[in-house]
Amino acid sequence: MKGTTSAAARGLCSCHVCRLVSRKSRFSEPAHCPRCGATLHFRKPGSLQRCWALVIASYILYIPANTLVMMETGSLLTYRRDTIVSGVAHLWKTGSWLIAVIVFIASVAIPLLKLFSLTLLLFSVQRRSASRPRQRTRLYRMVELVGRWSMLDIYVVTLLAALVQLGSMATVKAGPAAVAFGSVVVLTMFATMEFDPRLIWDPLQKEEFHD
Amino acid sequence: MICLLLPGLHHLRRLRAVRSAEGAILPMVDRPAQLIACHDCDLLQRDIPLNPGCTASCRRCGAVLYRNATDSVDRTLAYTLAAGMLFLGANLFPVFSIQVQGDRSAITLFGAVLSLWEQGMKSISLLVFITAIFVPALELLSLTYLLLPIRLGLVPPGYSRFMRTLQFIEPWGMVEVLMLGMLVSLVKLTNNFKVIPGMALWSFGVLTLLLAAAAASFSARDVWERLDPRSRGETKP
Repeated sequence: MKGTTSAAARGLCSCHVCRLVSRKSRFSEPAHCPRCGATLHFRKPGSLQRCWALVIASYILYIPANTLVMMETGSLLTYRRDTIVSGVAHLWKTGSWLIAVIVFIASVAIPLLKLFSLTLLLFSVQRRSASRPRQRTRLYRMVELVGRWSMLDIYVVTLLAALVQLGSMATVKAGPAAVAFGSVVVLTMFATMEFDPRLIWDPLQKEEFHD
Repeated sequence: MICLLLPGLHHLRRLRAVRSAEGAILPMVDRPAQLIACHDCDLLQRDIPLNPGCTASCRRCGAVLYRNATDSVDRTLAYTLAAGMLFLGANLFPVFSIQVQGDRSAITLFGAVLSLWEQGMKSISLLVFITAIFVPALELLSLTYLLLPIRLGLVPPGYSRFMRTLQFIEPWGMVEVLMLGMLVSLVKLTNNFKVIPGMALWSFGVLTLLLAAAAASFSARDVWERLDPRSRGETKP
């Protein structure tokens, strides 16, 4: 691409809090934004390492989140222990197919897509790939946008477990998978925040900025 | 409409229209065009004045750089104050109640958080409390603290800390997700129980809309520029 210069290549640094562009030497002492006082960094410090750590932790927690029990439902006649996937299947079978689709997207599709997308982005940045930076940036923005919707199941479990406490008549209990799943959501959100999309564009400049 | 930015590095003197406190449009001469680095791809660009309602997006990656949000402070403040009142309603009244053979059970959102805490799911209870109650409340309070003095022509003390907090907590306020969660729970409950929707359900519905409107009209860039001690002719210690 012609006529494109990144701020960092010119020794300019955009404040991560107020976005003011100011000059910063690449090897100097920590500099502060003249407008808001935040510490200036050319790129988020330790972005790749932190993002990898959080993504790997999320992959590990994703296993108990899907194998353990998410919700226990008991009444006079029936007793069910549902994982996330069996909960969706049960909703589908009992005819609430719209709700089944919403819960499937929020609790199964979004967390998986988020983890795969972040892994793809991390690999491509580490290999200093220069292909399709625009599409990869768009992928990152999508991950940032949809990540929060995974919290849906946590809210549903909370509301049901709090409301349906009628002793022997009907009881709903949150299972251990809720804790694992909640952690996956929080960790992947932190991973998304730690990832610096500007790293996608740096290979185009043929220079490295790590601070 | 999207105005594309021209690349360039030299500071150009531009004629720029700004709105005075009385609402009249004053031409501000000698304001140098500022440099902007795209937050998604770090491309260096120069800002240009935008027509009201226009958005400037990055020439290279398409990220939204800034908007000319019309009456940003007034509108955001109005939405925030309205949202604050609904937030109280949403937390004081029950979300919904169920009835089984004369047995009636109702919960407020905070009641649900407490109940989960007592059931031993402390981490989940805390997560729900932070994302559904604490962060939205802090967001509304910070916005009011920042925008009310600005509206009155004052500088809120410690504003940069509040702006920073606001930026940090923004992804963690999940009222719209909670709203969908309430609807899903409602449908799940109607399979087995007689469900009575409560006041809070409606309050949360409207609150979701108001928070979205406040987020759409708020412009952090405007606040930073208005409160910048250097442009106000003061020097920072």
